[in-house]
Amino acid sequence: MTEKVILVGYGGQGMMLFGRLLAQAAMLDGKQVTFFPSYGTEVRGGTACYHLIVSTEEIYSPVVEEADTLIAMNQPAYLKSRDYLRPNSLLLLNSSMVRREDNYNGIEVYEIPATEIANELGNVVASNMVMMGAYNYIKKLISIPLFLNCLKQTLRGKKAALYEINKLALERGEEYLKNAYLLKAPTI
Amino acid sequence: MSNKHLMTGNEAAAEAAIQAGCRYYYGYPITPQNELMNHMAMRMPQVGGTFIQAESEIAAIYMAYGSAAAGARVMTSSSSPGISLKQEGISYLAGSELPCVIVNVQRGGPGLGDISPSQADYFQAVKGGGHGDYHTLVLAPSSVQELADLVYDAFDLADRYRNPVMVLGDAQLGQMVEPVEFSRPPRTYFPKKKWAITGAEGRPRNIIKSFYPVKGELEEFNLYLQRKYQKIEEKEVRYEEINTYYSEIALVAYGTCARICKEVIRKASPLGYRIGLLRPISLWPFPKEALRNLSERVKAFLVIEMSAGQMVEDVRLSVLGRCPVHFYGRTGGGVPSSKAVLEKVLEIIPTVSAGPLEMAEMGLPPKVD
Repeated sequence: MTEKVILVGYGGQGMMLFGRLLAQAAMLDGKQVTFFPSYGTEVRGGTACYHLIVSTEEIYSPVVEEADTLIAMNQPAYLKSRDYLRPNSLLLLNSSMVRREDNYNGIEVYEIPATEIANELGNVVASNMVMMGAYNYIKKLISIPLFLNCLKQTLRGKKAALYEINKLALERGEEYLKNAYLLKAPTI
Repeated sequence: MSNKHLMTGNEAAAEAAIQAGCRYYYGYPITPQNELMNHMAMRMPQVGGTFIQAESEIAAIYMAYGSAAAGARVMTSSSSPGISLKQEGISYLAGSELPCVIVNVQRGGPGLGDISPSQADYFQAVKGGGHGDYHTLVLAPSSVQELADLVYDAFDLADRYRNPVMVLGDAQLGQMVEPVEFSRPPRTYFPKKKWAITGAEGRPRNIIKSFYPVKGELEEFNLYLQRKYQKIEEKEVRYEEINTYYSEIALVAYGTCARICKEVIRKASPLGYRIGLLRPISLWPFPKEALRNLSERVKAFLVIEMSAGQMVEDVRLSVLGRCPVHFYGRTGGGVPSSKAVLEKVLEIIPTVSAGPLEMAEMGLPPKVD
């Protein structure tokens, strides 16, 4: 099993934390991980891009050339990283801020209004966890308790109070996906 | 819970240095190696060491010179433009036979270049860089774990040979986050440094210098250095060979490029192509002998670098025309894609064989490792 994920968004939308927590949890799960954050000229408000590879085998190239999953939090970042998609890729869009551009053949697309959901919960910054909830529900990459444990380790001190809202955001993301897509799917 | 830590290559290099007994670090900030300095700034006070953000790269390398002369384990780091500034000091370290570890997290050049991954400092690192007949040992890791491991070894080698050792990474390795384990003993080889300047009370004074003005003295010293370098070339060559035994084409690459080449082998294997990889781990001393031996088995070499072609010259010198040596490189911060390398391989294959041979014909299963 190898999963190559690209996470893109504005600097400040929490894609770094999202990727890092995923990597941490996958590592603790005994998987190989390589996480490559963009660096240098990125600033808050600019686009930020993170490459994550999780595998049960040794990871050779640390460079993601074709993504199994693209998670896009805003329009410019989404347009910039569309080229990573190949047929059968999974595309998760934060529909609060991204308008789907064209019809993708063979690409599985899910639109989740992550910013709105996080806003309803009272913290717009938790939109990354909404996406995580939806993403992991589809891919089942790691166990949620393990992920939450990593989240708890990260949110310490002053940030400890943010744990509950992040946990809630994660659950809401999963719930939204189930309600909007999976429950409506025709049963054969 | 395991002992694995999720760290950037830069942080892992710094932590490995601390665990190898390095207590003095001097540096000057430059992307993409800042996490290394950052980690040192945090950790040095915790372990009673010294961290100084110097006023320049040149100041930092001479501070390292001072600590090395006093017998301490010391490290400095920078990225390409900063390493250029350090070259004078590195030549002085080699001329004064001082052990010191220098980490170069390469970025695109020439000049100020950019901050993307590059391997264009190969010549500078292995051919001297500064003035005079000298060599630094050069180690080239290809993962965060190996970066940490080689930093340990770099300190041992520096002390063993009283010589500066360079760990040559690139922006990809420095910025990449991977699990790393620090399970090796903190000190593997930490000799008594009788030559160090520690105060001469009760013993004859020690002199650390690289200046030999008397006619003949310097040549004698140079001949001694060459004997030392020869010993290093005999003893310290490191490389990894993958899948080379049955291969017609051998890729040669180090660092990040070597990992991309492994991906190429993985992709080519189901197509029935027999491709191997020789990955130099020590760039100086260079695995000449291994390449020479390999040149008798394979039909062609393909060297992959993030440069316009630097290591390829050493490969050609090792192979000495026994078989063709092809090259594919990206420059200025470009990273070769496995797709592009595979295309290059497919271009070369008709020149060495009629077409893909079924591994089954040889009675061998396709194999990557």
